[in-house]
Amino acid sequence: MAQSKHEKIERNVFLMIVFTLLTVSVGGLVEIVPLFFQHSTTTPIDHKGNKLDVKPYDPVRLVGRDIYVREGCYNCHSQMIRPFRAETERYGHYSVAGEYVYDHPFQWGSKRTGPDLARVGGRYSDEWQRVHLLNPRDVVPESNMPAFPWLDRPVKADDIQDKMRALNKVGLHKYSDEEIAAAPAALEGKTELDAVVAYLQGLGTAISHFR
Amino acid sequence: MADFISGFWNMYVMVLVALSILFCVFVLVSNMTKREKGPVELHGHVWDETLAEYNNPLPRWWMYLFWITIFFGIAYLAIYPGFGNFNQGRGQWAQYEAEMKAGEERFGPVFAKYREMDVMAVAADPEAVAMGQRMFLTYCQQCHGAAAQGAKSFPNLTDSEWLWGGAPENIKETITNGRNGVMTPFGQVLGADGVKDVANYVRSMNGLAHDSVRAQRGKEAFATNCVACHGADAKGNPMLGAPNLTDNNWLYGSSEATIIETVTHGRNNKMPAFGDFLGEDKVHILTAYVLSLSKK
Ligand code: HEC
Ligand code: HEC
Ligand code: HEC
Repeated sequence: MAQSKHEKIERNVFLMIVFTLLTVSVGGLVEIVPLFFQHSTTTPIDHKGNKLDVKPYDPVRLVGRDIYVREGCYNCHSQMIRPFRAETERYGHYSVAGEYVYDHPFQWGSKRTGPDLARVGGRYSDEWQRVHLLNPRDVVPESNMPAFPWLDRPVKADDIQDKMRALNKVGLHKYSDEEIAAAPAALEGKTELDAVVAYLQGLGTAISHFR
Repeated sequence: MADFISGFWNMYVMVLVALSILFCVFVLVSNMTKREKGPVELHGHVWDETLAEYNNPLPRWWMYLFWITIFFGIAYLAIYPGFGNFNQGRGQWAQYEAEMKAGEERFGPVFAKYREMDVMAVAADPEAVAMGQRMFLTYCQQCHGAAAQGAKSFPNLTDSEWLWGGAPENIKETITNGRNGVMTPFGQVLGADGVKDVANYVRSMNGLAHDSVRAQRGKEAFATNCVACHGADAKGNPMLGAPNLTDNNWLYGSSEATIIETVTHGRNNKMPAFGDFLGEDKVHILTAYVLSLSKK
């Protein structure tokens, strides 16, 4: 009966691998691959097709973003407001895919020890952000967020041009040669703190806070 | 979701999904064997010389589980989006709209009731004050503190001293459009010594220990440089958010060093605007909450 076919696969490692790969790839082929071919996931528009004012990060924010990654802020903060009333009441308009087209890699995160930061831009003053990063307990006595006092030092600017060129290769970014040439000057005199605050203040501002 | 760059991808998803389901059905059907009476048949292949395998059919309950997953998959695709562009209108956005509508139906009347009421009346309503407190703890306590007691550079909202005025419309304006308290720096104009003089004068107005010779000199400097904003009697100006400098109530602190820092470098203090984010109804209740704090 059917037994001999069974044996064929079991005895042939190559066939076994091919069939296994085929089986496990179906989910990805159906659920992931088509996402690369949708307007709403590859261009700065919202889910209704309206254009969003999302731009590639300028050099200061780009550096700020890298520091955000370096310090592991994503371990405690998500950047993804889900379409539930409880979330939009607290954080503002839910996130849409088009807002993240220049996030490479994205910082959605999955853990919320602290609040979601997807729309924290403009919610607090620069000064508050500064004080809060240097020592959160100076403004929120109950906070258990760690202090980041070492951020008050000059940014490392020597690799910014390479970073921008790399993003041009892997992402949807199109930094022009002029922008890349001007990048080191833009970082002149900036501290890491400035960069992180600039990054945070730009988060989620493409869609108005109001639901 | 319904925005593939070409119709191909719609077909692609549908065909792959349909094929996978059919394939599952095929595998299941082609393996449905009945247990024959008599001794159990061997599978046929032998490993390690003697190791053989019985060919028993899958237990029934196991087969049923497979069928259930297939029917579940089909039913899911019939109700929810997933089969290409089919059912796109029933996705998460539609669920969100429905949830918002239910929320509006439940809470709309509550907000409507307070919208009609005068802010002072709302401030006296315990239910509204409790609502206001919950909102304050969500949106405002990060700066003003959980008890609205304030902190350095963030004003205390429980006293009756106001930078921008304490009338209901002032407070509503503050929350809706935010405020930016700007004091220009005087380090250059007055020089280190001049700043120290004027700081001593400010301390003298609050009955704090000071050097009276310096305070006397500072008084003159104050009259030329500071009255424009803080007022001739130094009682402040709510149009500019300039604080009263005579009430021994401090935003930054009363020490000579702190006053010197303020005067030398100036201040630029921001309260963010919340009107767009929260909407009028919530601002109304928050205004009432803030007023209820300072009334006590
Ligand atoms: C151990 C977890 C943890 C880490 C790591 C962490 N945070 Fe936080 N964060 C919190 C918590 C908890 C709060 C809420 C209390 C507070 O406001 O301090 C918070 C609050 C915040 C807020 C205010 C958000 C709001 O809406 O109130 C910002 C902005 C923020 N964090 C930025 C950062 C940045 C930037 C980093 C990395 C440099 C970082 N956090 C790392 C836990 C963390
Ligand atoms: C980013 C921090 C921050 C947040 C968040 C914030 N405030 Fe403020 N608020 C300030 C600062 C700073 C001032 C003082 C502005 C100035 O110096 O002129 C202020 C001033 C005020 C004043 C005027 C005080 C006076 O003396 O005239 C009121 C009222 C007020 N805030 C209410 C609120 C309410 C209600 C919320 C929540 C919706 C809120 N604030 C959220 C920082 C904040
Ligand atoms: C352009 C208007 C302006 C002028 C001129 C000005 N101030 Fe101010 N001053 C302000 C404002 C606005 C604030 C509140 C800053 C804030 O909201 O953070 C302030 C705050 C202060 C404080 C801090 C009070 C506290 O509670 O901690 C002191 C002290 C002070 N001013 C002294 C002076 C002196 C002395 C001069 C003259 C040399 C002066 N100011 C001139 C607008 C002004």
